[in-house]
Amino acid sequence: MKILVPVKRVVDYNVKIRVKPDGSGVELANVKMSMNPFDEIAIEEALRLKEAGKATEVIAVSIGPVKTDETIRTALAMGADRGIWVKTDEAGIEPLTVAKILRKIVEAEGPGLVILGKQAIDDDANQTGQMLSALLGWPQATFASKVVVGEGKIDVTREIDGGLQTLELALPAVLTTDLRLNEPRYASLPNIMKAKKKPIEEKSAADLGIDLSPRLEVLSTLEPAGRTAGKKVGSVAELVGDLKQAGVI
Amino acid sequence: MATLLFAEHDDASLNPVTARALTAALALGAPVHVLVVGENARPAAEAAAKLEGVAEVLLADAPVYAHRLAEPVASLGVALAAQYDALVAPSTAVWKSVLPRIAALIDVMQVSDAVAVIAPDIFERPIYAGNAIQRVRVRDAKKVVTIRTAAFAATGEGGSAPIRAITPADAPAGTLFVGEQIAASERPDLTAARIIVSGGRAVGSAENFAKVIEPLADALGAAVGASRAAVDAGYAPNDWQVGQTGKVVAPDLYVAVGISGAIQHLAGMKDSKVIVAINKDEDAPIFSVADFGLVGDLFQLVPELTAEIAKAKA
Repeated sequence: MKILVPVKRVVDYNVKIRVKPDGSGVELANVKMSMNPFDEIAIEEALRLKEAGKATEVIAVSIGPVKTDETIRTALAMGADRGIWVKTDEAGIEPLTVAKILRKIVEAEGPGLVILGKQAIDDDANQTGQMLSALLGWPQATFASKVVVGEGKIDVTREIDGGLQTLELALPAVLTTDLRLNEPRYASLPNIMKAKKKPIEEKSAADLGIDLSPRLEVLSTLEPAGRTAGKKVGSVAELVGDLKQAGVI
Repeated sequence: MATLLFAEHDDASLNPVTARALTAALALGAPVHVLVVGENARPAAEAAAKLEGVAEVLLADAPVYAHRLAEPVASLGVALAAQYDALVAPSTAVWKSVLPRIAALIDVMQVSDAVAVIAPDIFERPIYAGNAIQRVRVRDAKKVVTIRTAAFAATGEGGSAPIRAITPADAPAGTLFVGEQIAASERPDLTAARIIVSGGRAVGSAENFAKVIEPLADALGAAVGASRAAVDAGYAPNDWQVGQTGKVVAPDLYVAVGISGAIQHLAGMKDSKVIVAINKDEDAPIFSVADFGLVGDLFQLVPELTAEIAKAKA
């Protein structure tokens, strides 16, 4: 069984982003970029399934402009076997469009499992996996915290409101990862060297017949209303007094 | 045409976030129908019918909708979509899983986590963990929108909408429900609580959560939350996590205990009305958003606070 893992290049999670003063977007020039953390978890899970003999090949796919291949290389350095780069002129392709592109890749590659991050930490949309699953007509399990692959099926424990839920999906299926599914490995230096020789196939959205024009028009991107620090109180008694005065207890 | 609001409920009762999402749905300006989908879900439908401003409640009550699995529920949503201009749902685990499926199948780009309705086709939504707010206009003919319910006040009761039973749609096979572990709790639900007490890594263990954090929560009648670090360390269950990728809350009072205040955590609670931070590091970022900060040892201060609150309430 092949496993396809879509990975997204995003602003590194440690970077405090800056909103451009003219409201035109978020400053992306000279900002450290990394693989979306949930996608690292997805790659890790795919690699563990391969190491356990449940999968034969792990393919990393990414969609985006120049330098997107760096993110694919990161996946290859972690241990993915090969990459697919769907080149676009712009970054920030909408989830619905991404799902349509991924459907084409799935149809061409025939994986038994697609594992995605549950959301990207830039647009925080939390849509692509569900959309891909719907377009393919495959079962889905979002927010996975435990995955057990059986014969032609997969048991997935999911993080839901109030606790955990376990589903059994017939394969092929689509999963999205939650934080506690695993702890992704770091790429070792020899593996980083080896990754340079692994193949990355390039495609264009036009080759796949997908229209990239956005459906949502971004009118403005603004700073959120700020919150200022209040005061430090000297004792518990003072705190209780202040809370009473604020009318919250 | 009307707006369809998907109700969050557990069959027996309606989750309060539904009334908050209703406020956003009503802001679109069209009549709002509420869909209650589940098994033995009439009690939830009756509660939805009482909400002010609801024009009609649709009740899809069938075994196939037990546990609201994404595939059958999305098929129902797709079958209903033709009659509506907008499909709206609270951003809960269930609807985060279902709505994008419906959006893809009717070829609409979804707006996730709307925090403001500016016009029937213009919404504001947070990106980058709430560090920027994007204003977007939907170009599609229909709108599919999930609502960050912490950003909207709840619509009150006072309505008496008719309840119409609807027949189930065809459901795809492939997904089986195996089991669920839902923690039974006497405490209020995290997303609906008026007061939340959250613990961070500095709490140190699950035992300390039970010994220090939970008594304060119970003295305040509060829900218990946790930072990602505390959940990752196994001190608290996953569904207590407050933050960018956990629950986003905006209670009247949020008490952060031993939480340093990573961006990802602040994203989940910075819209709370009053924030209290208790931390031994006076430079912790949490103090930059706190209305009241108390610097010191949480193991000494929190029991003291618990006793003071109990005394004040007695």
